[in-house]
Amino acid sequence: MSKKILIIIPCYNEGNSLPLLLEQLLLLKLPYHYKMEIAVVNDCSKDDTKLVAGLYPVVLLDLLVNLGIGGAVQTGFLYAKDNGFDIAVQMDGDGQHPPAELHKLIELHEKTKVNVVIGSRFLDEGGFKSSFARRIGIRYFHWLNRILTGKSIYDTTSGFRLFDKKAIELACTKYPDEYPEPASLVIFSKAGLSVQEVPVTMKERLAGQSSIRNFASLYYCVKVTISMLFIFIRKPY
Amino acid sequence: MARIQLITIAINILFIAYISRLIIKGKLREEYAIVWCICTFVLILFSFWRGGLDVMSKLFGVFEPPNLVFTGFIFIILVYLLHLSVVSSKAQHSITRLTQELAILKEKMEKAEEEKHIGN
Repeated sequence: MSKKILIIIPCYNEGNSLPLLLEQLLLLKLPYHYKMEIAVVNDCSKDDTKLVAGLYPVVLLDLLVNLGIGGAVQTGFLYAKDNGFDIAVQMDGDGQHPPAELHKLIELHEKTKVNVVIGSRFLDEGGFKSSFARRIGIRYFHWLNRILTGKSIYDTTSGFRLFDKKAIELACTKYPDEYPEPASLVIFSKAGLSVQEVPVTMKERLAGQSSIRNFASLYYCVKVTISMLFIFIRKPY
Repeated sequence: MARIQLITIAINILFIAYISRLIIKGKLREEYAIVWCICTFVLILFSFWRGGLDVMSKLFGVFEPPNLVFTGFIFIILVYLLHLSVVSSKAQHSITRLTQELAILKEKMEKAEEEKHIGN
């Protein structure tokens, strides 16, 4: 039986790095019985992201209002649910997540049938590892996540993730809209979904800016901590 | 009746008239207007009843009557601000859903249009 897989690429001003990523993705041969589709979610970019994406045979979800990364990815989930996709994979539009690593996530899902697979840059040596300050933040979220969910996930902020049907269903209604990565782990854990990590090699971004910049990083930590704590005390789904 | 009483009563009446105008023109939803109507009602009450503030202060055990006014109104304003934050959060959530649904519909429509072209 063939399975439908949707690659969700949330984009905000990624016109420069998008062509390379899409070309690599379109050339990708999935060695399985998978039928792949690509959904580019244009989060109200100010550059030519929409135009660039329109040149490729992809599903273009064009947001009229800037929703932030969470709202953009959620649009992809809604599309996946509407069109009966079995698997959705979230990938950053800046070229940080090499398409060649995609099969690692799929393989782990095939083998273990976990609901969510996270591509992690800390379980493996080599590749781009990000700055010192960011690593401290990531260690903090690892600790917070372990306290709240009892599970050890090292790369809680990674945006390279695979979701199965159950996870897509949940994410359609309950995905946090700003800085969703760490907080969504608490949501998944409360809903009883299984989460597992797989080591991948990430690259430094080709162009554009991270959604987490220096000045905003403290705000990021505080906001994500608050949202994780409140999701934790909220009633289970 | 003291001069200040007349002034506050006049201002209150103008305020009520303005709120009514906003509601009539559809610029203010009735649910938010309730708070403003209650506020003006309280103000009018105390402009007619001059000794009212002293009575209330004694009741709450406040020595300086103006302090009661400040404490009470600051608290009410805080609660109302919180209410407005809730309202704006709700509005933001609705906008998110609408934007997402619109993007999906737009995509669907474009796809249908393309298929029509190929069909022709």
